[in-house]
Amino acid sequence: MTRALPAFWLVFLLSIPLWLQDQYLLHILIITGIFIIAAMSLNLLLGYTGQLSLGHVAFFGIGAYASALTTLGFDIELFGFRVVHHTWPAIVGLLVGMIVAGLSGYVIGRLSFKVRGAYFVIVSISFAEVTRLVALNWVELTQGPLALTNIPPYTLGFPGLGDYTLWNKTAYYYLVLALGLIAYVVISRLVSSRIGRAMIALKENETLASAVGIDVTRYLVLAAVVSAAMAGGAGSLYAHYLKIIDPDIFLFIYTVTMVIMVITGGKGTLAGPIVGGVIFGFLPVILRPFAAPAVQWILYGGLMIAIVFLLPQGIVPAIQRWITTRKPAGALLAGSSDPREGR
Amino acid sequence: MPAGGAAGEVVLSIAHVAVHFGGLVALADLDFTVCEGEIVGLIGPNGAGKTTAFNVVTGFLKPTAGEVRYRNTLLNGLKPHEITSLGLVRTFQRTSMFQTNTVFGNVLIGLHRLGRSTLWETLLALPREKIAEAELADQAREILRVVGLERRAADLAATLPYGEQRLLGMALALAARPSMLLLDEPVSGMNPNESARVMRLVQTIRASGVTILLVEHDMPMVMQVSDRIVVLNYGRIIAEGPPAVIQKNPDVIRAYLGEGKKRA
Repeated sequence: MTRALPAFWLVFLLSIPLWLQDQYLLHILIITGIFIIAAMSLNLLLGYTGQLSLGHVAFFGIGAYASALTTLGFDIELFGFRVVHHTWPAIVGLLVGMIVAGLSGYVIGRLSFKVRGAYFVIVSISFAEVTRLVALNWVELTQGPLALTNIPPYTLGFPGLGDYTLWNKTAYYYLVLALGLIAYVVISRLVSSRIGRAMIALKENETLASAVGIDVTRYLVLAAVVSAAMAGGAGSLYAHYLKIIDPDIFLFIYTVTMVIMVITGGKGTLAGPIVGGVIFGFLPVILRPFAAPAVQWILYGGLMIAIVFLLPQGIVPAIQRWITTRKPAGALLAGSSDPREGR
Repeated sequence: MPAGGAAGEVVLSIAHVAVHFGGLVALADLDFTVCEGEIVGLIGPNGAGKTTAFNVVTGFLKPTAGEVRYRNTLLNGLKPHEITSLGLVRTFQRTSMFQTNTVFGNVLIGLHRLGRSTLWETLLALPREKIAEAELADQAREILRVVGLERRAADLAATLPYGEQRLLGMALALAARPSMLLLDEPVSGMNPNESARVMRLVQTIRASGVTILLVEHDMPMVMQVSDRIVVLNYGRIIAEGPPAVIQKNPDVIRAYLGEGKKRA
């Protein structure tokens, strides 16, 4: 049954646009999907290496801006030189967004080697705030508060079949689903490998990890780069789907949203950010017919506090424990001996 | 089977090492060597500087002065994982393991140094990656068999009784494939049965060709397994020699029992 479960979910997710007629709900699904990708990337850092990056939205925003600017082009003056970039295809923007975000992840990763714990949290928040201020004030490049508008949708080229531009929501839904699956597979491969074991080791006991020969800095930086590139990819999806981005994309609340998704779902589990993402992505939609906006936020916060109090390790680990306690002892012995993975 | 003077060439040399924490002198002038295949016991009263010495040798602490060399490689300035990759591996005084992992998972982490698969092989799940992982799993099982924890493989590390947690710490160090092992109080807090088990394990490890430097308070154990003993007090070496000689050394007895106590 466990083996059939991923296939069932995949078929279910693929079928959604076929029976879901409400375009608003499809829109919410796409936005939630994008934030789930960002939350999964945060989970790689927070859940597996134990580093709380409270500036994670910076990578998301950098990816969004880099992708949008690559696609739209720009004409700026930099240190007395005129830098002109002409428009490139949006799909190249996605790659550039991931690369630029990955590079900033490298910088932050190197920094995290010097400062850990609370200091790293402060540095990461400051980093996000600096990127927001740059986006707000470098008007020549980013249009500042006027926002980057008319960001074109992705165009996918299929050899022999011509080009296909993603104009409608269904197409975007499938793109987000495909990239989300890739992100999921990348993370699951990483964390179940020697690389992932090194990350988990440095989270649990850094001194011991280095004593058995693990280069702690290397794996922290690797996790930061992969995580940032993934968040950058999510940012690019966001920019090209909404077709407009402004410096508010760097707001702290977006990082908080990602952290909530990861913590409530279960950090350090593969399914955690997805479960948390679905709950907190759809909660406002479910509450909207019943409650005023202010009440919605109160309920949102209340639910979060309740989950953290009642299930401190998150929903997915709680479900895993519940399943384990229901299994007979024989099945336990025959089953997987690795408790860190959640599917 | 103490080897004594029959030991091989010098593998670890600690030359005039000093460690100062501000005005406090943790190590004043540490100077000794360990030869290939030896078991050397490093003893001394609490606060003598034994663990500080371990921390200096394994790169967790920078010495204020002096040099540490392992097989002619200067260790000063190297990071702990770089020193481990030279084959110089340590255990810790306190229980040290990856608590939320299984016993088997712990040893797999310990085998990190042996893994060769690259990022791309991992991401693309290439056959080489699967073969490498299967090999690591085999080696993990073998190490668990050597330390006698094979029946605990699926248990969470945190759920093991104390003695077995310490054995798991040794298994982790063995997984890093040491050519020299630094054991920091391996039997502290253990009952006589558990201590005997660890002593047998230490002998087995030495028999496999691993040189051992041992810090321990359990005198019968140190005297029994060591070929040579180095005694530290107040950051200085006060005696060095075979166990039988050290046991009778008046300076050593004074260091352990105090000035007022006369020899019987």
